Amino acid sequence: MTTVLPHLPALQVVIPLLGAVLCALLRRPAPAFGLALAVSWLMPVIAAALLWQVIQGGPISYHMGGWAPPWGIEYRVDLLNGFVLLLVAAVGAAIMPFAWHSVGFEIDEGRRAWFYCMYLLCLAGLLGIAITGDAFNAFVFLEISSLSSYVLIALGRDRRALLASFQYLVMGTIGATFYVIGVGFLYLLTGSLNMVDIAQRLGPAWAEHPRAIVAALAFVSAGVGLKLALFPLHVWLPNAYAHAPSWVTVFLSATATKVAIYLLIRFYFSIFGVAIAFDTLPIAQIVIALSIAAMVIASLIAVFESDVKRMLAYSSVAQIGYITLGIGLANQAGLTGGLVHVFNHAVMKAALFLAIGAVFYRAGTVNLAELSGIGRKMPVTLAVFTIAGFGLVGTPGTAGFISKWYLALGALDQGWWVLVLVIVGSSLIAMVYVGRVLEIAWLREPTPAIARASDPPLPMLLPILLLGAATIYFGIDTQWSAGIAEASAQALLGGLR
Amino acid sequence: MQAFRLVVEYYNYFVTIFLMVAGLYVVIARGNMIKKLVGLAIFQTSVYLLYITPGKILGGTAPILDPAFKVYSNPLPHVLILTAIVVGVATLALGLALVARINEAYGSIEEDETFERDREA
Repeated sequence: MTTVLPHLPALQVVIPLLGAVLCALLRRPAPAFGLALAVSWLMPVIAAALLWQVIQGGPISYHMGGWAPPWGIEYRVDLLNGFVLLLVAAVGAAIMPFAWHSVGFEIDEGRRAWFYCMYLLCLAGLLGIAITGDAFNAFVFLEISSLSSYVLIALGRDRRALLASFQYLVMGTIGATFYVIGVGFLYLLTGSLNMVDIAQRLGPAWAEHPRAIVAALAFVSAGVGLKLALFPLHVWLPNAYAHAPSWVTVFLSATATKVAIYLLIRFYFSIFGVAIAFDTLPIAQIVIALSIAAMVIASLIAVFESDVKRMLAYSSVAQIGYITLGIGLANQAGLTGGLVHVFNHAVMKAALFLAIGAVFYRAGTVNLAELSGIGRKMPVTLAVFTIAGFGLVGTPGTAGFISKWYLALGALDQGWWVLVLVIVGSSLIAMVYVGRVLEIAWLREPTPAIARASDPPLPMLLPILLLGAATIYFGIDTQWSAGIAEASAQALLGGLR
Repeated sequence: MQAFRLVVEYYNYFVTIFLMVAGLYVVIARGNMIKKLVGLAIFQTSVYLLYITPGKILGGTAPILDPAFKVYSNPLPHVLILTAIVVGVATLALGLALVARINEAYGSIEEDETFERDREA
């Protein structure tokens, strides 16, 4: 145990990477699924062990290959990315049992092993972005996760999945290239790619080349903004989520955008620092303006969508707006709200997309008009959908309320009470689009096509129930989720001022 | 004379910026998916140049320690770009594979025609 423990940061990424290769070699669905399940369940154990070490003894610095930073690649785990690692790993583990039936229903047998291979690659990439302390290494992992997610999306049954995947590939590549241009500028300015090292050298460089640093900040913001679907760079997201296989939508919505958000937070607060990004440059104003647009406009579009998956995808854009609003506020309560919403939104959206995935498994459609009375036939599934839907609205007693409460506090701290009205207004719009589904699902008579549906088999039902329970649990006991978010926010804001 | 100096001194950067903007323009302006991918590849290639350029120092040699040499070029940008080239190749390959599948499914690789066919269906 003592020989393994110091290498946990490397294992966090290496195990899913090797798992992906093995999956590709296995070629048969059942063993590939078993392997993916084993890896997925191992990941949160490692992530939890890392987070525990961080809480006990402060940030972990792991030197890849024994090369000391800033020359070698450093894996650095602190409270913030320990939190993100655990989130990604735990969501992957929780939703994995769902995949067997769902993937079996939606993907041809010959492609299933490849599907799990791509999933593990994507997982490795996402965990890699979260754990690495090297800006260029983050780019490589960004591309590993992106390339595999293009494949996962293209595996959707509908031919429109191919178009959605292509559109995402073009925009995603532009985003990643913008990011790498930004990192290139930073490298030219500081001669370093290690995040901590760049941060230390950026202060003196600011005095000499402020314009180049602004350009770097702009490129990184636009590039990562494309990846996290910051309004108006979100156009790839609704199509990708709507046409991807159900399980892929669950996984990507809960993890991919969240990891990109982490990267943006890392750049704003740990690398550029509050002094440059927020005190000198108008990042806060830009981010807040875009967040408000996302919260209002994307929510309004969601109201008029007839495809439930697309509706939830637009809702994701709006919810990402809440998170970036917390980043823009850049005060203790606001940033805490943003960070805790990263977690809460992942849990709630995963529950919602899982429920819809189960509906598709049983009813074969996610078109709102064809789902009347589905709640009476799939009561457990739709009950969880209802709970998580209330979470999106921000009803007290659900996880969504906690994040919105902190965000409202953050807005009030800045004296922007209008923002509080926007938060409440956007929640009311969320009530409309969630309410539309609930009305059709519960209050209408089932159509003959729906009458044959019933709650899905246990391996699908358990993840749904687990995430539904988590939505309520993290709405009541906030010690863990909001506690870590609060401590991370404090560290981010206090770090480099 | 001043302008000439500027162009010569920053020649690589001018080429980089031209390729960057031209590539991005092709991605946005063309509806043909193959042309889009060509634009994307040009756009990515421009970044290779951005990284490689500062790696060369006039009179610098390969970084092998030897008392005869005082000035060394930095090899790290080349290594980084080797990785980026691999990423670029993978992206292009996957993009082309997707276009081939789109052509099978729609019988067209023009973006507006594929949208049109979905609307008819």
